[in-house]
This record gives sequence, C-alpha cells and structure tokens, in this order.
Amino acid sequence: MDFTLSKENEMARQLFKDFAEKEVKPLAQEIDENHRFPRETVDKMAKYGFLGIPVPKDMGGQGCDILTYVMCVEELSKVCGTTGVIVSAHTSLCVDPIMTFGTPAQKEKYLIPLAKGEKLGAFGLTEPGAGTDAQGQQTKAVLDGDEWVLNGSKCFITNGKEADVYVIFAVTGKIEKRGKMMKEISAFIVEKGTPGFTFGTKENKMGICGSSTYELIFTDCRIPKDNLLGQQGKGFNIAMHTLDGGRIGIAAQALGLAEGALETTIAYVKERKQFGRSIAQFQNTQFQLADMATKVEAAKMLVYKAARKKDEYMSNPKTSYSVEAAMAKLYAAEVAMEVTTKAVQLHGGYGYIREYDVERMMRDAKITEIYEGTSEVQRMVISANILK
Amino acid sequence: MKVIVCIKQVPDTKGGVKFNPDGTLDRAAMLAIMNPDDKAGLEAALRLKDKYNAEVTVLTMGLPKATDVLREALAMGADKAVLITDRVLGGADTWATSSTIAAGIRNLEYDLIITGRQAIDGDTAQVGPQIAEHLGIPVISYAQDIKIEGDKVVVQRQYDDRYHILEAKMPCLITALSELNDPRYMTPGGIFDAVKAEITTWGRADLKDLDDANIGLAGSPTKIAKASDKVRKGAGEKIVPDSPEEGVDYIVGKLKDKHVI
Repeated sequence: MDFTLSKENEMARQLFKDFAEKEVKPLAQEIDENHRFPRETVDKMAKYGFLGIPVPKDMGGQGCDILTYVMCVEELSKVCGTTGVIVSAHTSLCVDPIMTFGTPAQKEKYLIPLAKGEKLGAFGLTEPGAGTDAQGQQTKAVLDGDEWVLNGSKCFITNGKEADVYVIFAVTGKIEKRGKMMKEISAFIVEKGTPGFTFGTKENKMGICGSSTYELIFTDCRIPKDNLLGQQGKGFNIAMHTLDGGRIGIAAQALGLAEGALETTIAYVKERKQFGRSIAQFQNTQFQLADMATKVEAAKMLVYKAARKKDEYMSNPKTSYSVEAAMAKLYAAEVAMEVTTKAVQLHGGYGYIREYDVERMMRDAKITEIYEGTSEVQRMVISANILK
Repeated sequence: MKVIVCIKQVPDTKGGVKFNPDGTLDRAAMLAIMNPDDKAGLEAALRLKDKYNAEVTVLTMGLPKATDVLREALAMGADKAVLITDRVLGGADTWATSSTIAAGIRNLEYDLIITGRQAIDGDTAQVGPQIAEHLGIPVISYAQDIKIEGDKVVVQRQYDDRYHILEAKMPCLITALSELNDPRYMTPGGIFDAVKAEITTWGRADLKDLDDANIGLAGSPTKIAKASDKVRKGAGEKIVPDSPEEGVDYIVGKLKDKHVI
C-alpha cells in the first residue's frame, strides 16, 4: 500500500494550513461567542477556489481530487469547526448532487456559480419527524402546470439562512415497493428569495455556533418544473448518494477537530507546570497523549481511504465508497469526541474556560457523532454490508 | 508587457536559525520558503497581470529543489518558470549570483524586472541592483508602491522618514519590500496545474555573455570567514534615579559614552 501523498496534495495541505492559521483561527473564538456566521471568511474562501475544489474546471471548479477537498475541511476544522462545516455542507451536500444528477442547464445555472463560490449551497432533508427515518418526510411537492408547488418545512439546515441555492427533498406521490405503499420522494433545487420560501427558527446550538442553522419553511412555494433534480421518485437514492459523500466531509471535520485539540494540548502540557515540572513529564500525560495520537492517526487513515475510494468512484461509478465513508465518519467522530474530551481533562480547570480553544473544540466535536447520519446509522450501514 | 520576477528559496528563519557544528547554516533543519520580499515582488507582478494582462515569468538560481518555490509562484498565478542550476554555479556570492542571473535574463524578453529587496538568509540587498548594472538598465530600490504610466514606472521608494517618488523608463528593475503588499494565496487548482507545468531549466551552457571568472565559488570575491548565531543580550542594568533630571543625565551620559550623541 502506498501511504505517500502526491506533491499536489502536500502543496494543497500547506495552502490550507496557512490560510487556516492566518484567516480562520483569529476569528474562531469570536464567531463562536457571538454565534456569528463568518461571511468575510466565506468570501475569501470563494476567492481562492475553496468552494469548488472537486468540481471540474469547465464547471467553474478547481479540478482537484476528493482528498484535496478532505484536506481543506480537515485543516479548516483544526482551528475552527464552524468554518469546516460551512465548506463541507456547501460542497458535499449541494455542489455534489447538482454535479452528479443535474441537467446541463442546471449545471450551467447553479453548479458554476456554486463552484466559483459566488453562491453558497445548502441541503434540506431533515424534518421535525424525519431524521434518520427519511421515509417520515411530510414536505410535499405537487406539479401544477409548469411549476412544482412546495409545502412543508425542513429543520436543522446547515448554511440555513446564508445559502443561495438549496437542494430540497419532498414527497411527490406514493409507490408500491415489495407489496407496501411507500412515499415517493424527489429532489428539487430551490433558490433563496423564491416567494413562499421563508426562514423559521434559528437554532441555538451547543457547538459549531458560527454556522447558520435554520428551519426552512415552504408555503405554496412555486418553483419551475425544470428545477426537479434527477428523475422524479429518485429522491431517496439522491439523498443517500449525497450523504455518503457528506459523511467523508464530516469525517474530515471530525479528524480536524481531533488533530487541533491534540496539537493544542501538546503545546499546553509542555508549558503547564505542577509540582515543579511540566505536566508533559508525568506518565499519565504521556500515555494519554500516546493514545490520542494513535487514534487520530487511525482516523486519518480511514478518512483518507474513504476519500481515495470516492476518487475511484468518480472515474468508475460502478465502485462504491459507502461503507468506507460510514467507517470513516463513525470512527473519526468518536475519536473527535474522545480526544477533545481528554484534551479538556489535560488542560484541567483552564480547559473548562471559554478562553481556551479546547473548550470550544469539545462542544464542536459532539455534532460530528450526530449529523449526516448518527453513529448508530453508520453502524447500520456497515453491519448491513457485512451481513448481506 | 513582460515582467520577470527573480525569487529565491530561503530557509524560514521564523523558528530561529539553526547551524551545523562547523558554523554553516543547517538548511535541512529549517523549512524552505519563498523569500518574503520576493513574494511581495511576485504579488506586485501578478497585480500587473490582473490589470494590464502582463506575462509573468519567475526565475531562480539554486539547487533543483528550488523548483518548489517556482511551482508555488506558478500556483499563485505566474505564467512561466525558469530554473538556473549547475554545479559550477554553486557557492556564488552576490557578484557571481547577479552575473549569472543577468545572463539568464538576457535569454528572455522583458519590460520590467522585479526582485525582492533582500533575502532573509543573506540580507545583503545587493543582487537586485547588481543585475540592473549588468544589464545596463535603471534600478529603483525599496519600492513600497508601483504604478505603470505608459512606458514608465512610477515608484514610491521607502526612506527613513519619508518616501521618494521616482520615475524610470522601462525596461528597468525594481526591488520590492515585503510591506509593498499582502501576497495572495495559491489556489488548489493552480497547485494541480503547477505540479504538472514544465519548468525551463538552464545550466552553464545555456548562459551567454558570461565570463567563467564571474561564476560560482571561484568567481566570488566575498569570502565568509565565519557565521554565528546572535549573541544573547544580558538582563541589562536597572537604575532608579531620585529625580527625572538625574535619570535624563544618566541616559545622556551613557549615550555620550557610546558615541551615539
């Protein structure tokens, strides 16, 4: 097996690292405290192409591989989990499905400005009664002449109020599957500003506080017939495909959070003195750090492997990266939670204080075990594959 | 408009300078970066590209490893890259370096040459002006602002307590300060193209009008006797005067002792 990174990947990592240190880190604490969306950072990321990394150049993107995109989310998340998820939700959940399932006209109209970062993307699947159970969807879309009419609401939507383009799922009818009547789900592209599309509650979250998490409300919202994404009734497949990719993005966010907490803690334990010596000299500290570093490295291997599998899928769509993505997200998210918790413990009382980055990192890490498929869902995906 | 930017790969001195036991720089222990003044020069050239569609060529002399900074420059937006590398050119001081680079530049077309003011490893600030001298073109050093007006450049030159505004007809050479601008980042797509890009590589045989007496270690009049780390200053002296006047007298006395005033 080849574990060496390409020259491209190495240079790109250095770029993301420099950008994260200079542009993202100085804002991380403030946007968390004020629950403020870092628009200025998004504008800078757009300028440098960070919002279209795995999109072909003729579609306004950077023409890079998935691993480069993963490294971008990872490096941003090392210093700010919020910034990491803004890029991940935009790229994996909005850019990717339009790139994969969009018509040439949809790509021209939506993919190009999204990849250039002129527009920001979001994804609306979750509803109050439909989280893990996507069949619980209540939002409906009815064809009326040349328009689809949407009614219903979506909740916990990342980039919620800040996005311009939304990939939205809605029930378009009923179909019989294995003798059972099931909801037929379809995917749509909805633009901000469409009459009947408004925003509801802004969620007040435990972590990733700078990200804009909103409820989306559709009341007789009429969108052009051509904004159906993919075939009618294929919405569930589109959602599952999209979430497989999204999981790699969130796995990268989790990996970055764990790495950031580990790096911060290594620096802290060398400085902090107790009983006349640095706490790095105590065996408990050393053993804790050894375990943290080992798990972070294992998580990195799983996340990078999933990225490589998706790269393989991009050139050969007959392959699948679903299980690798689930394993990467499951493991990286649990490592992020464990490593950030240990980081707080090794910081002692200071780790519990807002001024210290590890306090924020621990709050940010928790969501990686929940969104884009909980750890339990990842276990369902993995076990279903093992036992089939 | 054609712009040549001379850049240098230097050890990053941010984390401190590391020496080998024999007193030479331990380059392997330090990260190699694009010299900050040169990067500002490159940014200035890229702004000319944005504004006037200038063609930007980056040029460096060094070991084959110096292609890293050329590729970084390409990923930032430079159009072409040239590496001058040859064993016989090694150990060059500023004279031999400027003679060699000037010979390389003679192979290229240009309206403007931009170099950094000085490199953070040598801090001489000599190579830029020497290149201009070899090529027989005007030089404006310490540029903190650059404008193009027709066939002239108008440059603000930084001075101790003011700045000078100077004009020069192109072709000419400008040396840039890192304060000139905030260099842009690379782009991910730029990196992918830069890694695949062809870099023109020239050895001694490709350089015309260059006397062998002016190249490499043998052609370098400068001999470095010894390099050493900065001597750490002591804790200093603490004086608590009885009155402000006494304090002033003490400071003035010390400055006189040291011939500062």
